[in-house]
Amino acid sequence: MMLPTARVIEFWRNASDSDIFWSFKRSKLVMLSALIVVVFFIGAFGAPWLAPHNPFDLASLELSDAFKPPFWVEGGEAKYILGTDDQGRDLLSTIMYGSRISLVVGFMSVVFAMTLGIGLGLVAGYLGGAADSLIMRIADVQLSFPAILIALLVDGVTRGILGEARHSDFAEAVLVVAIGLSYWVQYARTVRGSVLVEKNKEYVQAARVIGLSGPLIAIRHVLPNVLGPVLVIATINLALAIITEATLSFLGVGLPPTEPSLGTLIRIGNDFLFSGEWWITIFPGIVLAALVLSVNLLGDWLRDALNPKLR
Amino acid sequence: MIAFIIRRLVQAALVMLAVAFIAFAMFNFVGDPVAIMAGQDLPAEQRIELRKSLGLDDPTPVRFARFVGNAVQGKFGLSYRTAEPVGKMIVERLPATLELSVMAMIVALAVGIPMGVFSGLYPQHWLSRAMMTVSLIGISLPTFLIGILLILIFAVMLGWLPSFGRGDVIRIGGWSTGLLSVSGWKAIILPAITLGLFQMTLIMRLVRSEMLEVLRTDYIKFARARGLSNRAVHFGHALKNTLVPVITITGLQLGSIIAFAIITETVFSWPGVGLLFLQSVQAVDIPVMAAYLVAIGLLFVLINLIVDILYFVVDPRLRSQSAKAGAK
Repeated sequence: MMLPTARVIEFWRNASDSDIFWSFKRSKLVMLSALIVVVFFIGAFGAPWLAPHNPFDLASLELSDAFKPPFWVEGGEAKYILGTDDQGRDLLSTIMYGSRISLVVGFMSVVFAMTLGIGLGLVAGYLGGAADSLIMRIADVQLSFPAILIALLVDGVTRGILGEARHSDFAEAVLVVAIGLSYWVQYARTVRGSVLVEKNKEYVQAARVIGLSGPLIAIRHVLPNVLGPVLVIATINLALAIITEATLSFLGVGLPPTEPSLGTLIRIGNDFLFSGEWWITIFPGIVLAALVLSVNLLGDWLRDALNPKLR
Repeated sequence: MIAFIIRRLVQAALVMLAVAFIAFAMFNFVGDPVAIMAGQDLPAEQRIELRKSLGLDDPTPVRFARFVGNAVQGKFGLSYRTAEPVGKMIVERLPATLELSVMAMIVALAVGIPMGVFSGLYPQHWLSRAMMTVSLIGISLPTFLIGILLILIFAVMLGWLPSFGRGDVIRIGGWSTGLLSVSGWKAIILPAITLGLFQMTLIMRLVRSEMLEVLRTDYIKFARARGLSNRAVHFGHALKNTLVPVITITGLQLGSIIAFAIITETVFSWPGVGLLFLQSVQAVDIPVMAAYLVAIGLLFVLINLIVDILYFVVDPRLRSQSAKAGAK
């Protein structure tokens, strides 16, 4: 698998040499979203060093500090810039740790969906025949159901198999699988379509003539040539995956309150909306919205920038 | 036409069989219903008896056939959580979800189409640009966040509208409706907007791009050359031709609206099927999950079927094609 990675890097290098960098500099909105994404990444992954408090250190939590409003509201303290939640956790720190969980789960589920989709799409396109029709029929059926429904079903089923206690130990992994299983179809379809075109080209025939085996041709020669569109889908799906994770956590079937993602935080805050503690919901909500919007804008730009027809 | 419908029906039946198999597999592989229903204290003989009475000892094909046979009659057994018949639980909550979904679709169409037409006719107008920006936000924001924001503004801060429940419900036969009371109408406003917003932005963008495309075609130029008024050209010719994809999307989206109602119903504690499904997922109530899956599957298949047939009725090109194919 070394060669494909190298080719991906080369693909990106070529792209940045040509028009892509130019179109990046042209749009202020894209630059702003890139900036926001970078800031969130630093905030999220640098949380252990940058966050003012450690929300997972139970010893430092004081219940008397619960429900402190943001510092500019009366009753707020400068120690807790954005206020605290129901357990006295500093909201800013919890959001930073929470967005790390959201981003990690989002990334992992995109990678999972992509791997599954690319694999099945490659098999369907390259082998054709019965394997092709089986995989694509499953894809068709699944495509007619909304992703959130499939993710919920997968979650319910794993909950049944693992049992409630073990389910929360594996919450992140279950989420990755649930979200991944609900988004693989798009990759499989795209890859299959491109493979059908590529496999009749001369270089594939040449590879066959010199006696390379089927799987080797499919992975080493065909795969690198079908990856471009897949990467674009992956960028756009990252926003979707983050939303899905947040939605599942908000619905109470995602990450537990002891290990809150942005969605879990919004769920916690939602219970206190009527008693006036709006900040527990609103700040994670703003972060989630800004993150998703920026990732979406970047994805849109990438799709347009990589589309030769629009140049 | 008949051949086309028959082919579609066979496809639909196959899809339903696949969905039923998944639902059946969930029954088989997840948990032990006896342990869930009976708890820890039941003696072993009674356990075995319960297994027998539930038919869990029969071979798999027999059980699948029985499952399909029961499902066709709407029987999905008893809920593990409440020990009520699952079919009854779903039917009772169906009106709430259907009313909410239809209202959401009406909101989406009533607002989305005019906005799309306007921004398609005047793409450079500042209002169109504003609409496009807002629609981008509408697509990006998660549904539950929009619901919470609406609750915060209209229920908590302004106190105009209720934030949960259906208001006063009136029963007519087997249907309970909230649309005959003032509190019912008040209660449905926020959930319907929340649920319809995504579809609204989708329809607006669709109508806009279709309008832009149609307005460039020759027959529009010809209609203008004939001296027809702007109004006749825009609404009689252009809008009419953008409606085919709108019908498709509306139809297909009606299914996902009902599925997305899970989220909206949770935010607004709306007593519908979606909330029931979510509670079942949390409690691993397999019969309800399976029944919901089959019901949604049936709904999707039916909607797809109707949309395909409507296509046939609306688009004369398809009819003439199949007539030609039939003549050969």
